[in-house]
Amino acid sequence: MADFPANLRYSVEHEWIDDASPATVGVTSHAVEALGDVVYLELPEVGATVEAGTVIGEIESTKSVSELFSPVSGTVVEVNQAAIDDPALVNSEPFGAGWLFKVDVTGEGQLLSAEEYAQHAG
Amino acid sequence: MTTTKSPLHSEHLALGAHLTEFGGWDMPLRYSSDIAEHRAVREAAGLFDLSHMGGVSITGPEAGAFLDHALVGNLSALREMRARYTMICADDGGVLDDLIVYHNAPGEYFLVSNAANADTVLVALLERAAGFDVAVRDISAGQALIAVQGPRAEEILREVLTEDPEISGGTALDDLRYYACLGMRFDDESVLVARTGYTGEDGFEVWVDVPHAVPLWRAFLTAGEPHGLVPAGLSARDSLRLEAGMPLYGHELDATTTPFDAGMGRIVKLDKTHDDGTPVEFVGRAALAARRESAPARVLVGLRGTGRRPARAGYAVVQPDADGAPGPQVGTVTSGAPSPTLGHPVAMAYVTPEVSAEGTELAVDVRGRAEPFVVVPLPFYRRADA
Repeated sequence: MADFPANLRYSVEHEWIDDASPATVGVTSHAVEALGDVVYLELPEVGATVEAGTVIGEIESTKSVSELFSPVSGTVVEVNQAAIDDPALVNSEPFGAGWLFKVDVTGEGQLLSAEEYAQHAG
Repeated sequence: MTTTKSPLHSEHLALGAHLTEFGGWDMPLRYSSDIAEHRAVREAAGLFDLSHMGGVSITGPEAGAFLDHALVGNLSALREMRARYTMICADDGGVLDDLIVYHNAPGEYFLVSNAANADTVLVALLERAAGFDVAVRDISAGQALIAVQGPRAEEILREVLTEDPEISGGTALDDLRYYACLGMRFDDESVLVARTGYTGEDGFEVWVDVPHAVPLWRAFLTAGEPHGLVPAGLSARDSLRLEAGMPLYGHELDATTTPFDAGMGRIVKLDKTHDDGTPVEFVGRAALAARRESAPARVLVGLRGTGRRPARAGYAVVQPDADGAPGPQVGTVTSGAPSPTLGHPVAMAYVTPEVSAEGTELAVDVRGRAEPFVVVPLPFYRRADA
């Protein structure tokens, strides 16, 4: 079973979020492994209001297109332009330089611990 | 649904392959990065397990005449140790499968079909064999098919296989042309090597009896590694063939499509004749002759994306609209991907003839947004020495 960073929390849709303010959101190594090489990211605009559990963008790999869900509710304050320009960052550093966006959190959806997410990702 | 496993299944698992169901088989989608595998084939070499492909042997004194009747090509004219790309069509001219036929000895042919169509092809061949002095046999289970593709393929092949004039069939590897084959040795075993492929690169496809498939696979990996060879999965195979403008059954070809629709009318030999000079009334001939004379309702074209977002199979091709919204539909994408070699999206699509000219600016409805594409000639990619 894969190890996931213990300092992060996870959604069942395979996003991660840290506990900073604003919080940083990305997709997990498990999701990236299933997707293959990421070639395109469609992310919310800065200033957009997002709602936990709703579709807020797309992540496209060589073979498929998947929807991105927000793990929390809040306002987007920054998007990772480097990852938009070079989506391969999401593959190489899903928990680091391949983060997706930062959000001022107003509410949370269902979030899992690293251990619970590892069970979920199986 | 149960899937069939390749004789190399345990090798794929040991290499950490990400597996997928394909045509009823459990096959490697990719081993690591599909883009890296794609690039390795363009720049060095890739190793593919193609054991899911169907194999049928056709033997007997009337084997050539039978194939002329059953398929659209003129296979009785195919020289020994040569291969030909052809199709099997229904009575209405629709494509049941695209095939490669190999003529390996007098009165002995075999053909390779797509995994998903293997049963359809076998059943159609058995039906069409009535009245011919031939034996039609499914040989899929006994053979593994391994492809080595890329500019370094020949060097790697020479390190693993040896030439033997007793089994070569009269050709030397030095003289082996595209779509020609020869027998070679792998240790004490004989294997059949064909200079064919589905990647747009030089390369070989090697048939080996199942008991020797794993040792041969490992020998290619070991010999190939210093040359930059990597194992490559179906994802890279698909993006490579798309760049090379090669059709994939279920995408550019299906039972509602004739070879003429797919721009492949040249492989339909309407004028092939029996030994006495009378025309061969092969299956689908009347419908295909009529289709050749009629104006096409749709044309298969290449599309180059001028934006970043790739088009996918099934997306609508539309007229571009001034406000960026999708306009009226003029076609449908059959295959699409970001091209790793060219760095922009590429797609194949059937469009109406009026918008099929090179340079026509179109758009693809990518989930509600009109992404710009322009009609370009196929293939998208052609290797420098081809």
